[in-house]
Amino acid sequence: MAKMTYREAVRDAMREAMRADPRVFLMGEDVGKYGGAFAVSHGLLEEFGPTRIRDTPLSESTFVGAGIGAALGGMRPIVEVMTINFSLLALDQIVNNAATLRHMSGGQFGVPLLVRMATGGGRQLAAQHSHSLEGWYAHIPGIKVVTPATVADARGLLLAALKQADPVMMFEHATLYPLEGESEDGTIMEIGRAALRRRGKDVSLIAYGGALGKTERAAAQLAQLGIDAEVIDLRSLRPLDTEMILASVTRTHRAVIVEEAWKTGGFAAEVCARIMEGAFDALDAPVARVCGAEVPMPYAQALEQAALPQPESIVKAVQGLF
Amino acid sequence: MPRLGADMTAGKLVKWLKRPGERIKRGDIIAIVETDKANVDVESFLEGALEKILVQPGDERLPVGTPLALIRTEAGAEPAAPAAVAAQAAPRVAVPTADAASAMVPPATVAPAAVAPAAVPPRVVPTPVPPAAAGERARISPAARNRALELRIDPATLTGTGPQGRITLADVERAAQAAPANTADTRQLRMREAIASAMARSKREIPHYYLACTIDLGRALAWLAERNAGRAVTGRLIYAVLLIKAAALALREVPELNGFWIDNRARQSEAIHAGIAISLRGGGLVAPALHHADRQSLDDLMRGFQDLVKRARAWSLKSSEVSDPTVTITSLGERGVESVFGIITPPQLALVGFGTPLERPWVVGGQVAVRPLITATLSGDHRATDGHRGALYLAAVDRLLQQPEEL
Repeated sequence: MAKMTYREAVRDAMREAMRADPRVFLMGEDVGKYGGAFAVSHGLLEEFGPTRIRDTPLSESTFVGAGIGAALGGMRPIVEVMTINFSLLALDQIVNNAATLRHMSGGQFGVPLLVRMATGGGRQLAAQHSHSLEGWYAHIPGIKVVTPATVADARGLLLAALKQADPVMMFEHATLYPLEGESEDGTIMEIGRAALRRRGKDVSLIAYGGALGKTERAAAQLAQLGIDAEVIDLRSLRPLDTEMILASVTRTHRAVIVEEAWKTGGFAAEVCARIMEGAFDALDAPVARVCGAEVPMPYAQALEQAALPQPESIVKAVQGLF
Repeated sequence: MPRLGADMTAGKLVKWLKRPGERIKRGDIIAIVETDKANVDVESFLEGALEKILVQPGDERLPVGTPLALIRTEAGAEPAAPAAVAAQAAPRVAVPTADAASAMVPPATVAPAAVAPAAVPPRVVPTPVPPAAAGERARISPAARNRALELRIDPATLTGTGPQGRITLADVERAAQAAPANTADTRQLRMREAIASAMARSKREIPHYYLACTIDLGRALAWLAERNAGRAVTGRLIYAVLLIKAAALALREVPELNGFWIDNRARQSEAIHAGIAISLRGGGLVAPALHHADRQSLDDLMRGFQDLVKRARAWSLKSSEVSDPTVTITSLGERGVESVFGIITPPQLALVGFGTPLERPWVVGGQVAVRPLITATLSGDHRATDGHRGALYLAAVDRLLQQPEEL
């Protein structure tokens, strides 16, 4: 156990993986000399040199495609995409190639690729750097989607991703990078397991990534109002730990899903549907969602904060169920 | 109002478990009716949609045969504009609006006649289940609805305190706590009256004959002990199950003991539904059916028996269990009596009784040995059968119990 930031946990995990396995390397925009747009790879170039810490041209499709090729060729590449909005330029590589090749080669080729990127808003980077599109990736069979929300998970899920035989997308909410916490050494996590962050009996709050902290704060406020909330951190959107969600809702009879992404067609809708399918008879109130406002992310700080789920809006949604 | 027992003349409608518009499958429990003996779940013998509820739950004793609701049976697709649903039944006669529509429905798919009243004809072109009108459906959460069903609380009597007046789990729990103590005393009284009426009628109308036969249960008990030895407690059989199976199988050989005396003549039943006499805590008894007891494996019979006892004591039997028995079997188990000469449950034709197995000296192969003996008895309706046939029946029971592994 060591105290560190989320940023350091991601870096340490990559360092540990590269020391342990010569097939692991990192490439992406500014990951080398600059140390990464979010300083995640700071110092890695000095330790591992330019063949393993590779700066790439500003062409997401190209370097994600190169990562897929390297994975097919037996390497264990980590590709960093600066933000999720830019990953759309590589969507073709991810959806049409990485996710499909095992299937289309009749199982002959796997793509053991890890694609990492920053996601989410809250930093006044406006409408082209702040969105939460991870739910789109969770729609695609053939890839796994992890969304670490804690320091320990940042490390644990990254290492687990590098053990996978198939592509994994890891979404790091950019506001989490300075988050401090304990990192557990030597634990290999299982992808697809949610985490029960707080036990409660009155309502299940379900969140992931950047929304977890706000949800936990909301749960603390709710406790003062006499509502005992359970908090589930999904950790992985695909595969999704439906079992834990249903078990929790069956106990609490109420569910609120918190997600930064837009409500229409968002991942919260999928969670909601699974609850309806699997725990309808246990529900004592309609499933509620607290999602981002349906606007391109505003730049102005007050507007941006108003467009994002906040502890207050979560508390309000929960109170509406009683 | 179904007849849920031969002696039932009227019943109270306790509650509806389906709402207008809801789909109903054969065997679905649609209502709870209180008879003099128990609260009985009424099963539908039709498939379709609950069209209209004619009687609301209440204290009124409704004569058997009173129409309670209309069930619309189905056979195919509905024309685009269904005929308006009128209060009277006649206009609902199927009138295919287009030749094409009727041509698509072969005659074989016409549903059987509707339940009650007889005025509702089978529809060739039925209506899809219409959504309940706004306001008709109570605003109640699924969890609250299920809990209310478990606690037998009518949601219509509850006031919702949730958002928009929704009835929540908490509302149901509160109502359950506030509910008066159950009406066990009245039930006991009513059950006593019902038993009195049925038994008096039986003795008044049925000329009983009684036969008894001592059966060596040694082989059966030894076989049972061996079979149970390797099993967990939950998988073990009790000897009463062997008796039930043997009694049911023997009825195949003497089928005239299985059935009913109706309109001055015996009507044999092809199915053998054994009514198992179950004494209730606090007095009284019921004899609900183990359906097709002759065709069930011993393990299935054991499970069915345990389930039946549990539910009988919880006053939660199904209508088919109450009304279907074609014969009654009573076993006085461990109560120490040697034999029981029962009174036939009208309009059944016979009652089979078993006393307690007791160790007694018995002659086996010319020598006196100690054997577990049980006295099997038969009470027969002399209008339907004679002692000779009854004797063959008891002999068959004896023979079957000597080959327990065949049961």
